[in-house]
Amino acid sequence: MFDIRSFYEAKSVEDAVRALSEDENALLISGGTDVLIRLREGKDAGASLVSIHNISELKEIREDENGTLIIGAGASFSDITNNPIVKKNINVLGEAADTVGGPQIRNMGTIGGNICNGATSADTASTLWSFNATVVLCGKDGAREIPVTEFYVGPGRTVRKHDEVCTAFKIEKKEYEGFYGHYIKYGKRSAMEIATLGCVVRVKLSADKKKIEDIRLAFGVAGPTPVRCRKAEEAVKGMDISDASIYEKLSETALTEVNPRSSWRASKEFRLQLISELSKRALREAILKSGVLESEVAEIRYKNESDNESKANAELFSRDVYAAEGVYFNDGSAAFPGGENNA
Amino acid sequence: MLKIIHMTVNGKETELAVDERESLLDTLRNRLGLTSVKKGCEVGECGACTVLVNGEAIDSCIYLSMWADGKSVMTVEGLKGPDGELSPIQRAFIEEAAVQCGFCTPGLIMTAVEIVGTGKKYSREELKKLIAGHLCRCTGYENILNAMERIVEETYKVCGEKA
Amino acid sequence: MKVVGKELTRVDAYGKVTGEARYTADLEPKGILHARVLHSEIANGVVKSFDLTEALKVPGVTKIVTCFDVPDCQFPTAGHPWSVEKAHQDICDRKILNRRVRFYGDDIAAVVAEDEVAAARAVRLIKVEYEEYEPIVTVEKALAEGATPLHEDLRKDNIIVKSHMTMGGADFSFEKAYDEAVEKYGEENVNVIERTYNTPRISHCHLELPVSWAYVDQNGKITITCSTQIPHIVKLCTAMALGVPAGRIRIVKPYIGGGFGNKQDVLYEPLNAFLSMQVGGRPVRLEISREETISCTRTRHAIEGRCRALFTRDGRLLARKLEAYANNGAYASHGHAICANCGTVFKDLYADELGCEVDCATVYTSSPTAGAMRAYGIPQSIWFTECLADDICQITGKDPCDFRLESCMKEGFVDPGTKIPFLTYGLKKCIEEGRKQIKWDEKRAAYKNQKGHIRRGVGMAIFCYKTGVHPISLETASCRMVLNQDGSMQLIMGATEIGQGADTVFTQMAAETTGISFDKIYVVSTQDTDVTPFDTGAYASRQTYVSGKACKKCGELFRERILEYAEYMLVNEIPDISKTIYAEIVKEAKEKLKAKLGLSEDKDISRSMLDIENDCIVINKDAVDHGAVNNDTTNTSGHDEAFGFEERKLFELSVLADTSFYSLDRSQHITAEVTNHCKENTFASGCCFADIEVDMPLGKVTVKEVINVHDSGILINPKLAEAQVHGGMSMSLGFGLSEELLIDEKTGKPYNNNLLDYKIPTAADTPDLKVSFIQLDDPSGPYGNKALGEPPAIPVAPAIRNAILNATGVAMNEAPMTAERLVKAFKDAELI
Repeated sequence: MFDIRSFYEAKSVEDAVRALSEDENALLISGGTDVLIRLREGKDAGASLVSIHNISELKEIREDENGTLIIGAGASFSDITNNPIVKKNINVLGEAADTVGGPQIRNMGTIGGNICNGATSADTASTLWSFNATVVLCGKDGAREIPVTEFYVGPGRTVRKHDEVCTAFKIEKKEYEGFYGHYIKYGKRSAMEIATLGCVVRVKLSADKKKIEDIRLAFGVAGPTPVRCRKAEEAVKGMDISDASIYEKLSETALTEVNPRSSWRASKEFRLQLISELSKRALREAILKSGVLESEVAEIRYKNESDNESKANAELFSRDVYAAEGVYFNDGSAAFPGGENNA
Repeated sequence: MLKIIHMTVNGKETELAVDERESLLDTLRNRLGLTSVKKGCEVGECGACTVLVNGEAIDSCIYLSMWADGKSVMTVEGLKGPDGELSPIQRAFIEEAAVQCGFCTPGLIMTAVEIVGTGKKYSREELKKLIAGHLCRCTGYENILNAMERIVEETYKVCGEKA
Repeated sequence: MKVVGKELTRVDAYGKVTGEARYTADLEPKGILHARVLHSEIANGVVKSFDLTEALKVPGVTKIVTCFDVPDCQFPTAGHPWSVEKAHQDICDRKILNRRVRFYGDDIAAVVAEDEVAAARAVRLIKVEYEEYEPIVTVEKALAEGATPLHEDLRKDNIIVKSHMTMGGADFSFEKAYDEAVEKYGEENVNVIERTYNTPRISHCHLELPVSWAYVDQNGKITITCSTQIPHIVKLCTAMALGVPAGRIRIVKPYIGGGFGNKQDVLYEPLNAFLSMQVGGRPVRLEISREETISCTRTRHAIEGRCRALFTRDGRLLARKLEAYANNGAYASHGHAICANCGTVFKDLYADELGCEVDCATVYTSSPTAGAMRAYGIPQSIWFTECLADDICQITGKDPCDFRLESCMKEGFVDPGTKIPFLTYGLKKCIEEGRKQIKWDEKRAAYKNQKGHIRRGVGMAIFCYKTGVHPISLETASCRMVLNQDGSMQLIMGATEIGQGADTVFTQMAAETTGISFDKIYVVSTQDTDVTPFDTGAYASRQTYVSGKACKKCGELFRERILEYAEYMLVNEIPDISKTIYAEIVKEAKEKLKAKLGLSEDKDISRSMLDIENDCIVINKDAVDHGAVNNDTTNTSGHDEAFGFEERKLFELSVLADTSFYSLDRSQHITAEVTNHCKENTFASGCCFADIEVDMPLGKVTVKEVINVHDSGILINPKLAEAQVHGGMSMSLGFGLSEELLIDEKTGKPYNNNLLDYKIPTAADTPDLKVSFIQLDDPSGPYGNKALGEPPAIPVAPAIRNAILNATGVAMNEAPMTAERLVKAFKDAELI
């Protein structure tokens, strides 16, 4: 049992707004996968719940006459992943939603809750940022629309007012048409994870599929809120996809735009490494998804792949390294042949 | 603060009074005696409390009973046939030695019901992802996956032939 | 053997797939009270006072008890058999609730309430005033000059125990060995390697929380139903904690959802009993959350191993030394036993030419208490030995498989201290089998000179493991068999089913020995200390071995008693049989027996001519064979047929059972109960081979292939054995790559005591797990079997570590090898 004072299942969005405005201690609950966990921890104990769980209009995913996609805030992660409109136009959002928690959580949790939590780690957030999505909020005085990039105020804080209900996210056609995207969630496990880092790259190639015509790069957990790296995007716009320097350009510029922190979960240094590496890999995957042959896309370059750099490996077994780590050589000679990798 | 709700539980229409603070886990266990629904973490991290609501697997520990009003809920207790015969999924779990301490078993079987219900064929890797919402400390998932592969294959044969 | 060795279905599988199997929480009575514990929010200090005003105002609160209210009794919690020798008794270092706070999360008060919301709310409203000391979370801090002793009444410092062990003579020392080696091989040929390896604090993560519920009946008997591996030990320790005689305590253990050693400790059962006593004996359930389970019950010890090895240029192992420091946390629990076990195996596993020296220290710190966990100090020990072995090979260039084959413990090994023998030696066969299956030699050649950011590697690790705890501790087990009217049997073991399949293998053993078929044996899965015979419980890898011996011995006695009654029925001197409904059956049987064996008089019949097979009294094969020689010396080809089961069958066991119950001449309830005091032990062994891929820029390790090969004697049920190995491998995988309970060193507060942040592998993180066995018939095992339960959890982590070393040349010294640690190491090595 949860420590709540009362529970109210709203009949409509307006009904929910009314119920919220009547009780300043009321909490809005949708999928429940975050609110109920906080309640169990004793946070917000004694609160009243206003539920929008069963409002079917909030679960709708549709396309309007202008090609704008409207994703109901009450759509669950699995609703989004399996939705044909999503699959056809913005599949990367479905892929991102498919990395949340595990299957049961994805059947329960909603995209509205994911965003309104204000967590930088929310798997759908960075992707929505890359789409320049609009958040639709419904309050006493009607609806208002806020760009998702302005929705976050800080960690766990958003511009949503106490008596506002997030009803939908809108993505305009120009934001998705011709784009292909790839989301990488980096976690310590392959499932049941909070992202250590989330990275989305979406690219639109030129008509001849040789150049990056447009690109979006956004991250989760690279700062207190999701971040979009506009400078990095600009840096590679117009570049040839066969040019291997696109990867360094994108990742190195991105590093100047992010601000990850150290926590017990991961150090800043490690997150920076992930930012650098994942942006490269997501870019390559996004280009490949655009229907380009693998041979036409540049490979990501790594330092130890050229001939003269494999000595780093050999050096590891040099006498100095061992001596420093406590190996005593008694004959005063050079190190023994150090293992198989040293040849 | 008891409220009357109506659910179809394991195929049977049920009217019952619940405390609106209750999770579906609490209601199923304490009011309906469906103790196959196990509590392992209370926060949706272990999957031991998995049941199907309108055919979808959910963690009943973080699902309010009030939300189940008007819905259909299924637990492992609902799988046995009228004469006590086991479902093919349960048989597969037994025959593949997928059961050890048994605490994760009912939840996993319910996820298996959802997966099998799609009638689709899945690779072992896909199945790994589909059961990743269940933690098991005894089996290393090896025999659970063997049971899942087997039942998915058997079902696909039947459904595939129909289609 | 007919039943042992068969892949029979688990006896509890049906109940578990239908949800009918009842666990502790499934058995609670309606209207039970709910209790919650208040844990300290400091890591080191003393509770000065409580303010309960607000908490008592919460509607539904029945009772609040604090550390000032509990009996002044200190008690031990380790799941060891109690010792009647003072020196071997477990350390009594805690009370039911503690005033002296020794870690963040210590139990200082508890609330009993009408419902769980009221209990939780009241716990949050209790105000505590502390006198606070500096937390001493690490071994280093706990051993530092002037560190506050956590148990001033018992120890002047924070050292629980230190011990010193050697191989190569009592006065062996590593330093002396060095001089000896230089003299023998020349200075230029002798090398010393010095490394420090670290293992993590691990959580058991059994799926069922250690819940319990208790009540006191009208006779004052205190009954606790709980999720424990060790009901009889819980009984004794609870009595000690409450200061009541043991006879007043009754422990009931139903099905349990895993234990892995955490439930080989007395956890919250004494507090639960105390709370019920405080509310007039009403039933009280004590809810222990996942968070509390991870940080406030027990963990696997984090052990630091400072290792040295002395070896020759060509890879001959001369001597090793281990200095091990185990972080035991706030309470002694199993005390020094685990670190000492770690040291013992360190010295046993390799046959150092000159000797081996081990120093172990177990240290109190203000952090979560470490206790037993599957394989009891050996995953740590093997992390040390196997890292060290491959680090030696890395320098000498010797193949790690060859190194082990040359240097590992030899056939016929007997531990010089404990005299535990390695009776059937399968270690080298395991290595050879694993080497072949993983294609070791091909892969080692193929993975040479790799470039690129993604690399492959193959690595291996070996281990040995003692089956039971004799002679270090008592090994005793009991079994009872009871005949039913239909010839079926109840099998009642003191040993506990905890998910490992004990009930099934005991049923197989009982069937093997008694001749009663597997499906006519009803094993009583619930242990109830008021009725269940004594056994110390599920721990070590003892039950199929130690309790298996009790089962076998009991089965032999039971069989003997049945045959004795069969003899009575068949010998015509007693007229009673002729009046019964079985008169004809018995008469025919008697004639058949006499004819087959060529007997003239009824009185010639003796029980040695009889046997039990397939639930029937039959003519003993040996007696027939003997007869066959007399009657027919020409035809041997039809022997099996002529003396097959049908030919020898006399009558069904149900005939005997029904008669034995209701005979007016001789009514006898046929039962048998045996205690077996086991004074034997034997080594099991095995190895793991892992083939991995490392994605260096992401620090991601993917296990492509992994195989465990076990030398565990004869398998009682190969299918279940394999399944048990899978689980252990998964546990070791977590130890190697992802699992670590993290504690804030400044405050002692745990960071990740939940299943989201504490990373046990999910299905998506687990490779396909391969298992192989070398089955050798161990003469000391009841059916040729020896340790299997724990060994699988040992070798996977170091095998992966050594595969990473093979792939990248980077030696990881600390487990788990998280992505972050790997990335840092690869950067340091300038690989990325």
